[in-house]
Amino acid sequence: MTQANPISSAIALIAQHRVAAVLIFLLLFPLIMPYEALALNILIFGLYAVGFNLLFGYTGLLSFGHAAFFGVGSYLTGITIVHFGLPWWLAIVAGTAASGVVGLLIGFLAIRTRGIYFSMVTLALGQIVYYAFYKAERWTGGENGLRGVTVEEINVFGLTLDFVNPLTKYYVLYVFVALALWLVSRILASPFGAVIESIRENENRTAACGYDVARAKLLIFTLSAVICGLAGALRALHLSIVPIDSLHYLLSGQAVMMCLLGGMGTFFGPFVGAAVFLYLEDVATSFTTHWMAIVGVVFMVFVLFFPKGIWGTLVQRWQRWNNHSVVTK
Amino acid sequence: MSEPILVAENLSRRFGNFVALNNVSCTFRQGQLTAIIGPNGAGKSTFFNLLTGAIAPSQGKIRFDGRDITGIAQHEFARIGIAKSFQITNVFKQLSAHENVRVAAQMRASRFDFLRSRASLTAVSKNADTLLERVGLAALGKRLAGELAHGQQRSLEIAMALASEPKLLLMDEPTAGMSPEETSTMMSLIRTLSTERTVILVEHKMKLVMGLCERLIVLHHGELLAEGTPDEIRANAEVRRVYLGQG
Repeated sequence: MTQANPISSAIALIAQHRVAAVLIFLLLFPLIMPYEALALNILIFGLYAVGFNLLFGYTGLLSFGHAAFFGVGSYLTGITIVHFGLPWWLAIVAGTAASGVVGLLIGFLAIRTRGIYFSMVTLALGQIVYYAFYKAERWTGGENGLRGVTVEEINVFGLTLDFVNPLTKYYVLYVFVALALWLVSRILASPFGAVIESIRENENRTAACGYDVARAKLLIFTLSAVICGLAGALRALHLSIVPIDSLHYLLSGQAVMMCLLGGMGTFFGPFVGAAVFLYLEDVATSFTTHWMAIVGVVFMVFVLFFPKGIWGTLVQRWQRWNNHSVVTK
Repeated sequence: MSEPILVAENLSRRFGNFVALNNVSCTFRQGQLTAIIGPNGAGKSTFFNLLTGAIAPSQGKIRFDGRDITGIAQHEFARIGIAKSFQITNVFKQLSAHENVRVAAQMRASRFDFLRSRASLTAVSKNADTLLERVGLAALGKRLAGELAHGQQRSLEIAMALASEPKLLLMDEPTAGMSPEETSTMMSLIRTLSTERTVILVEHKMKLVMGLCERLIVLHHGELLAEGTPDEIRANAEVRRVYLGQG
């Protein structure tokens, strides 16, 4: 009588090995996309949204300055390649590390505030980073962006890969995304992951339980910046240039939209949100320059009728159905 | 007489020009169940918040176990052995009852470790099970805390407070908003808890604490009005005038 439903046990297996499931999906992802560049974009912005979700969905802190980390990751990767001739992989490390440092600084200033003030402080500090890079034209190319981040071929363990081929590029960047997703999953499953969720639920109670809330916030802020910085670093290699809008606050807003669209506070939701957002943008721009209007309408429908987002709603439906079938068994 | 566990020395707290608590000194003894009582606006909650570290005193000192703890951070309180349950229920609503207690118990084992697996802390999880059973919620561990009845949420909060293995437990109106049945369950729980550790209650309903506590502290207009055994307090003319006289 207690024979498990095969669908239900398959889903449970996926949930248990969420990183593996996501990685298998992303491995096949370019095959179902109309062209590789879109798959690459979704891969990169999916990671960006996942990093942002650590702070927004899991800790309950709404930052409006995350473009700063994405952009710093991008620029520092570009600058170390263009001006210092660093090998591509070391440039990625440099870009990601730089985002971590900027995240630590901005986080240190921002976590003193709460609610809307936190959002405003992160927005303001993000804008400061934007103007600093905008003005440092000698290093960053200013308004024109940083050009010449060209990596034509790469050597991996004695193997020479053609980095201009978009599919090869996808699978090289995929390795970095895989590592980052594994790290995020580790963080969420860790004792510290339980602490950040408690902070989201009730900050005062978390402090009364004996946790230093300010320190926990600073740590997760920095980790979130590192993940978003890595996404930025990968984008510099993908585009071969670093456009100035990598640091623009519109990009900070997009992270919020992607998380809400896909489902904040779920592991895979931000990726789904990024995919839907970028796919819609891609389809809509082919017949209108006002693609934002279309994306905006879709976004509003989801916020109004599916506040848990696409993935969040699916997860919730499944949980309900599963609980129901357990009860009626 | 037993050793003092918590000592308040000339505690004052001002909010702007308003003096919520004025020069209150008193001693809480180890193992004794004490209640802080007083009419509305007497400064009970302010006193509670000072003793549990939610706010710092404007003047005065607090000593715990012989150590000056005035002005230390809120999160230090749970670590040195002072736990509290809030007046307004404060649980992690979107987390399961078990996870609520597990997080509270985890504090002693791991706080900032972000690479280890949570599931590897089996002792913490078992500890949470024991605590849930203790407060009568063993069967409800998987339910979301927000879905529990009011009285159950209060019990959950006490399990969370106990998770830090406190020497001293402070409770702010533990029976507020409870039905008569829930109140009597809570009273017997408090009675059991007080045999194992020092408990301080803040309570509005005087009748409730008269039969329960060994010692009472009466606040009025932010000042210490009287302290003593329930019989002494009952006989105190001042207390009768400001408090009992009101009905």
